[in-house]
Amino acid sequence: MSLQTSPQVLVHADDEAKVKRIWNAFWVLLILTILELACGLTIYKLDLGDPAYSTILSIKIVIIIFTLAKAFYIISIFMHLGDENRMMILSIGIPMCLFIWFIVAFLADGNSFRNLRNTDAGVRKYEPKEVRHQPLNVPPGAENKYKTD
Amino acid sequence: METAVVQTKQRLWSGGHSPFKVSYGKLMMWYFLMSDSFTFGAFLISYGTIRFSENYWVDHNYVFNEFPGVHGNAPLAFVSLMTFILIFSSVTMVLAVHQGHKMNKKGVEKWLFLTILGGLAFLGCQAWEWTHLITGHHAVLVDGQIQYWGTTMSHNPWGPRVMYEGGLINTPGPIAFGGYFFGITGFHGFHVFTGVIVNIVMLIKTRMGHFQQRGHYEMIEKAGLYWHFVDLVWVFVFLCFYLI
Repeated sequence: MSLQTSPQVLVHADDEAKVKRIWNAFWVLLILTILELACGLTIYKLDLGDPAYSTILSIKIVIIIFTLAKAFYIISIFMHLGDENRMMILSIGIPMCLFIWFIVAFLADGNSFRNLRNTDAGVRKYEPKEVRHQPLNVPPGAENKYKTD
Repeated sequence: METAVVQTKQRLWSGGHSPFKVSYGKLMMWYFLMSDSFTFGAFLISYGTIRFSENYWVDHNYVFNEFPGVHGNAPLAFVSLMTFILIFSSVTMVLAVHQGHKMNKKGVEKWLFLTILGGLAFLGCQAWEWTHLITGHHAVLVDGQIQYWGTTMSHNPWGPRVMYEGGLINTPGPIAFGGYFFGITGFHGFHVFTGVIVNIVMLIKTRMGHFQQRGHYEMIEKAGLYWHFVDLVWVFVFLCFYLI
């Protein structure tokens, strides 16, 4: 094999590498989605019993991490932002940091609103009522009695 | 050394060329998408705020548990299909952009066509899901009476379940659920619809050879950016409504 490679061969190899990169990103996204679904179904199964709040919360955090990984792949590979000029990446990325404040502040707001409602703005003690999708110890046959489509 | 750096910087921003080494159209598409992500972000965060302010929220595994043609419980199944369709159409779009770089008209047409099909399939799925939710009949215990409700902007039959005359029955759930669900998935669906229209225009222009004459397929790239953004938003809608 000669050391000199014709420009055409180079372009061809470059092209194949790019197509391969795209399909790799696709498989990564597919696998991440399947993992997310597996986590979602785990939550569903656990919810049939009486799981600890922290168990469900930690599975949800894992799902959020998978989602952020997917977002990163879509932006950097499919949208080619990873290949752009560094300053352009920053001019998109820095404003996005506002989301950190946005999410933290508004979820805290919602949480505070629930606490205020539950305690009539602090004048009474909160008595938690059990609110689940379905009560525990459901007798057999009760499940389908009012089942409609 | 220092002067050299200053000089490069001055030259970088002194006009005559793009300091970001990117065309005007592509840069503006990026900034539009950034602002659009704040619109979607505001919707989703507002949904999160209301959800955090309620003691009980809807259990999505019971709301979205149907699959066309399947009788019985299939949580997450239909929405996974929708997600796979959208991811796949994102790949076909990026392949169309790639063929555009190679100035391969036939290749662009082929992959763009598949992308449009993917977008239409997604919209069809969403239409089915909405119809199913709105026209469904679910027994709800309201003031000691059984009523039959669909999931709409004003009715939410997915509240906590209680025992009633030996059976399990739903009570009304937080009313905000329908508004947020239909509002956000509707706004996303509208983006998908717009993307399909844009892609159809691009396909027609490719067929007519406009980009071949122009010497580059940058318009396909810009349409592609928009299309991937739609996929990106779906990743988060999927997370917020169906997974957590």
